[in-house]
Amino acid sequence: MAFHRVIDPVTTHTIRPNLLNYHATRATFTWDEIAAELDFLPGGSGLNIAHEAVTRHANNAHSEQVAIRWISKHDAIYDFTYADVEEESNRFANVLQELGIGKGERVFVLAGRIPALYFAALGTLKNTSVFCPLFSAFGPEPILQRMQRGDARVLLTTQKLFKRKVKEILSELPDLKFVLIADIDEHISDHILSLPLLMDTVSAEFVIPPTDPEDMAILHFTSGTTGMPKGAVHVHNAVYHHYMTAKYALDLHPNDVFWCTADPGWVTGTSYGIIAPLLHGVTNIIDEAEFDAQRWYRILEEQRVTVWYTAPTAIRRLMRLDFDPLEEFDLSHLRFVASVGEPLNPEAVVWGRDVLDLTIHDNWWQTETGGIMIANFAGQEVRPGSMGRPLPGIEAAIVRRINSETVQVIEKPNVDGDLALKPGWPSMYRAYLHDQARYDKCFVDGWYLSGDLAYRDEDGYFWFVGRADDIIKTSGHMVGPFEVESALMEHPAVAEAGVIGVPNDVIGELVKAFVALKPGYVASDELNRELLGFGRKKLGSAVAPKEIEFRDTLPKTRSGKIMRRLLKAWELGLPEGDVSTLED
Amino acid sequence: MKIATISRDELTLKIFDLLAMIAPEADFDDLDPNVDMRDELDIDSFDFLNFLIDLNDEVGVEIPEADYGKLVSLNDLLDYLLARM
Repeated sequence: MAFHRVIDPVTTHTIRPNLLNYHATRATFTWDEIAAELDFLPGGSGLNIAHEAVTRHANNAHSEQVAIRWISKHDAIYDFTYADVEEESNRFANVLQELGIGKGERVFVLAGRIPALYFAALGTLKNTSVFCPLFSAFGPEPILQRMQRGDARVLLTTQKLFKRKVKEILSELPDLKFVLIADIDEHISDHILSLPLLMDTVSAEFVIPPTDPEDMAILHFTSGTTGMPKGAVHVHNAVYHHYMTAKYALDLHPNDVFWCTADPGWVTGTSYGIIAPLLHGVTNIIDEAEFDAQRWYRILEEQRVTVWYTAPTAIRRLMRLDFDPLEEFDLSHLRFVASVGEPLNPEAVVWGRDVLDLTIHDNWWQTETGGIMIANFAGQEVRPGSMGRPLPGIEAAIVRRINSETVQVIEKPNVDGDLALKPGWPSMYRAYLHDQARYDKCFVDGWYLSGDLAYRDEDGYFWFVGRADDIIKTSGHMVGPFEVESALMEHPAVAEAGVIGVPNDVIGELVKAFVALKPGYVASDELNRELLGFGRKKLGSAVAPKEIEFRDTLPKTRSGKIMRRLLKAWELGLPEGDVSTLED
Repeated sequence: MKIATISRDELTLKIFDLLAMIAPEADFDDLDPNVDMRDELDIDSFDFLNFLIDLNDEVGVEIPEADYGKLVSLNDLLDYLLARM
């Protein structure tokens, strides 16, 4: 199959890649090797992600090394050593104890990339409660849906987000016990509390209780195609995979300065923006600000970033700049660049080679997998446009669904099918919370079916083809059309809504809604804008449609289900395919 | 179209018109001209990119991607444009 060109592995390494011989490493790899590099809780009392990420470093010679370097929107830089992060996360764990929040209870965080978010994540894990991040650009509706489904007990947020998005939904969250506000100095009421005030009154010492590796640690919501978002349950055992993938797929070495640009509201920003770098004891850069091309190059230069994990949307924005970055910025410290979120187009990989003098290594995984599954590696041949090859310990295949109980593995190369993984890796999700049926449906005949379509070439490189369902990949995250349609349907003018992703050069896909109006309403520019605004107010900019088109009717099956596939075919001028189920 | 002379107030209205295409729900009367307008109006990076491209077409001032980061508040944007018109 076509690819632009092969990028040969770099053979002169200043730092020797952790994975030099792909086949040999895969052949001999065992998870016991990784266990030997972990610490485990003292006295055989289990495995806790926060102990591995923070406590063990705070207790050894690493304690004074910078764990988190936080850069504020206004360019103030705050360094937190491993000892500092240990103390702050201990305090947060003690706050939860004081509030009577215990094992397994869900602690949600709705915030930008502020230090409190990181201490809360780690403190929640220490307390054996469950960390559940929410993207701060969600509107009230996605926040409510996720907090209800996730049985939220505590929410950490900021004044502004509380006022804008949370206050109005509080009455629908009767089981939420406390809201902690990160940027107020006084408590507002018995259950809306100042986090700084609480943190000041508790001890900086905390002993992590016994933690079963299978205890729930993190809950990440991911979009569904037919229903509301699903809460993917991850356990402390996932730490094996976080550690292993940071070693092999991100090639982390001691003394690296690592920058993952993803927001912790998404799984990448948690697995690799919080946990993985700390597991390896390196310095983790966190930038509070949103994407800004000049700023990002400046951070890479000034912070001497060595390993950078970013996203296609950002890379394509950098490609728009009309200057040569290497003439303006010293990026000589940068050794390894990786990308995830949606497939990185081959032109972007070639651009990296030509303009940055660096290969950009695309990789593939999803919320359910908890960590990187398939990757292009440092020191290995890169095929631009390909997601790479499976990690050690990961078995991936292309399969064809025969029926609901059987799949057939496609051995022949270059044939499209379902991208499937052999279950059993440590960071695999253990459940969709409260939704066993949807979880079970993902596992067929001994394989986890990812929902992505792909093919494998003759050398074992995997290539993304598309989604097997209607989920939209936009700006590196997933949007479920059902969630968007449901929100639009709440507008009095809307009779039906069908939502699709329209291909877009910058953000991958753009969320577009087709709307049929109720009798008595007339399509107009004014109503179009009203609906756009309505969607944004409910869903927030991260989820809301960016385009709306009116249609007299929407194509439906005889059972009344909107045929998004057909809307997409019409939009893109593609063949309609099978229309036998279309209503008359 | 290049506009030869335009007052700060006129330019502000033009900006609001374009922003209202992206964020029709926004109340521009309440917008503090010195705060981060993207944050205030919930305008994501992609919407902001499109807004600046439209603005370029509307007022004839070329805004290279490298300068986007300088345009945080409404006043930043007005100062930037007026200096180049």
